Amino acid sequence: MVAELATRPQNIETLQNAGVMSLLRTLLLDVVPTIQQTAALALGRLANYNDDLAEAVVKCDILPQLVYSLAEQNRFYKKAAAFVLRAVGKHSPQLAQAIVDCGALDTLVICLEDFDPGVKEAAAWALRYIARHNAELSQAVVDAGAVPLLVFCIQEPEIALKRIAASALSDIAKHSPELAQTVVDAGAVAYLAQMLLNPDAKLKHQILSALSQVSKHSVDLAEMVVEAEIFPVVLTCLKDKDEYVKKNASTLIREIAKHTPELSQLVVNTGGVAAVIDCIGSCKGNTRLPGIMMLGYVAAHSENLAMAVIISKGVPQLSVCLSEEPEDHIKAAAAWALGQIGRHTPEHARAVAVTNTLPVLLSLYMSTESSEDLQVKSKKAIKSILQKCTYLPALEPFLYDAPPNILKHVVGQFSKVLPHDSKARRLFVTSGGLKKIQEIKAEPGSLLQEYINSINNCYPEEIVSKFFPELQVCALLGSL
Amino acid sequence: PVLCFKGFSLDLGCSFSKYVRQSATVTVLILFSTVFLFFCCLLPKVAPMMNLYNAMAVRIQRRWRGYRVRKYLFNYYYLKEYLRVVSETNDAIRKALEEFAEMKEREEKKANLEREEKERDYQARKMHYLLSTKQIPGIYNSPFRKEPDPWELQLQKAKPLTHRRPKVKPKDSTSLNDWLACTSARSFPRSEILPPINRKQCQGPFRDITEVLEQRYKPLEPTLWVAEPTDELKLAREEFRREEWLRNVNDNMFLPFSSYHKNEKYIPSMHLSSKYCPISHKEQFRSENPKKWICDKDFQTVLPSFELFSKYGKLYSKAGQIV
Repeated sequence: MVAELATRPQNIETLQNAGVMSLLRTLLLDVVPTIQQTAALALGRLANYNDDLAEAVVKCDILPQLVYSLAEQNRFYKKAAAFVLRAVGKHSPQLAQAIVDCGALDTLVICLEDFDPGVKEAAAWALRYIARHNAELSQAVVDAGAVPLLVFCIQEPEIALKRIAASALSDIAKHSPELAQTVVDAGAVAYLAQMLLNPDAKLKHQILSALSQVSKHSVDLAEMVVEAEIFPVVLTCLKDKDEYVKKNASTLIREIAKHTPELSQLVVNTGGVAAVIDCIGSCKGNTRLPGIMMLGYVAAHSENLAMAVIISKGVPQLSVCLSEEPEDHIKAAAAWALGQIGRHTPEHARAVAVTNTLPVLLSLYMSTESSEDLQVKSKKAIKSILQKCTYLPALEPFLYDAPPNILKHVVGQFSKVLPHDSKARRLFVTSGGLKKIQEIKAEPGSLLQEYINSINNCYPEEIVSKFFPELQVCALLGSL
Repeated sequence: PVLCFKGFSLDLGCSFSKYVRQSATVTVLILFSTVFLFFCCLLPKVAPMMNLYNAMAVRIQRRWRGYRVRKYLFNYYYLKEYLRVVSETNDAIRKALEEFAEMKEREEKKANLEREEKERDYQARKMHYLLSTKQIPGIYNSPFRKEPDPWELQLQKAKPLTHRRPKVKPKDSTSLNDWLACTSARSFPRSEILPPINRKQCQGPFRDITEVLEQRYKPLEPTLWVAEPTDELKLAREEFRREEWLRNVNDNMFLPFSSYHKNEKYIPSMHLSSKYCPISHKEQFRSENPKKWICDKDFQTVLPSFELFSKYGKLYSKAGQIV
């Protein structure tokens, strides 16, 4: 009855006031097995609700009793007891440490070898929640010998068990490279890669998360994941209907591509870039973020890879993200990625500038509503693109509304290009750029003044003096 | 021309590998010295020829200038080709992924349609009694409509739904001859050809497979003690009892003593009990109307009752106490 009441959250407060913990504790020691099971189930539901109750469960010394009888009882009791351990362990690392201290790990690992898949699932879930908090707890779980048994659980036919085992391995591997190496040594990667073909969406989401946690730590681990032949199956996951599957698939590709240029090259050669760009186009919001970061990482390695991203039509997609997305961190990521693409050579900068992203970046940098991170990233991106950009029609708007520190770079680029290109010079005058240059006030002797002088030297005196009569006076004085 | 040869040697010295550089430097030094001597002695006579050589040397140098950079550091044509191949791969992947997505959608739609079809079929089977008869048109076959509703046709096609009968489980009787009950092919291979094993081959020599199978699947040869049934006496007794039972009229044992019925609880009939408590006889038969009473006093017992049924059940025997 208590168990049924505990399914409703509003009843829990009432139950707590009625001092239900000590009652349940005595019921756990009852002779009749059904009463024990129901008491354990009620405890589990109570502990699941909030962490005060979970702490109360720990304080009333219920855990040692549970662990002791876990080894002996039938499977219903084992399931209920594992549920209690899971419910207690999920709230905080201290509670999970309390569970480890009373020796629950060994019994849970024994439960993993049980015949009943429900018991295995409950035990794996409890281990997952314990290992989730930090590296020491994960190490304790690994030391209890859970990893090979979890790999066996993955091979079982029940889908729910596979899901839980995959998520447990993912939570173990995410903390440190050594733990990830342990997971790989147990041979998990091959099985996980095979199961990517399974149609169940939640299972795929857990598998992709596990693989990305393994591959994020080092190059060797990433190479091992790649050797398990995940490409091109991962690309089909990018086309899945479920948002989480798409997000985790692009996270996996990002973690693989970020380590070395060779791995990025591999991703590009299998057509991963195109798939990721399509995926970005079909999602919204946070699902796009790993894909955007992946493009940035690939482009950052070398200019050939950046060129590969450009010809896969990545830049228009990134500029759409930049303008459409409401969240600042996604915009910052898009700005960073565009900066990485455009910073290599004038060709790359031209490809970025042609899509009219530079004004958007400038407005983001200047706007007071953008977060600091966004402002910093957009400024860096603008600077790195401007330093290579020789595409003058894109640079002209900058003359009008750029702040001084950016204006310096813009004028510098003009001063590099104009002396050599006569058509550009003519265009510059007709579009009113020369006039604008004269209006810029620069300190004499500064870099900006030098650039302005070099631009003025490209043109004959009469044109310059038309805009700025004082210069004519200086010239006269100079000639005297 | 002397200067340009020197310049050529310096160029060689910077860009080629050490081995080549050394040998090139040596060759060029020799060449330089010969050329120097040659120019000092013979130059005035052979100036036009030298101009020709000069022009040829310039052309050769122009062709080979920056060769290493063009070929190895930044090979423009290779890069162009690579980018073309990458874009082709991208298009192929995009097309394949679109086809995959379409196929998935088609499968899902098909599954949805099948599910709906099954649902409709199930509903039709449940509602099949709503089918119209000759006399009475059903609800889907209204006489005011031109044609019957599509549900009418569905109902005509559907088979009437019957409740599932409880499945009778066949009693599993084990006898001595069924010891090979587990006959799955993988666990007990019967043929001479075994399924392929992908692991390392075990080292031989092996016995002949027919002998092995004969030994493995030798039929059971139980001894006489085991083979013959030993419970014949029990079976015969039960058989006899069954025959006797056939002749019984009443299965209840005859117990003539009244004490047997003492433990039975009286179950009052439903007609005589109300919702709240069993109605006493007094209430059932008597309706009291105080206005009609003649006097205030109740009935009095004038004559004692005689016990008609005092000896009931005890007349014949008291000794038999039935528990």
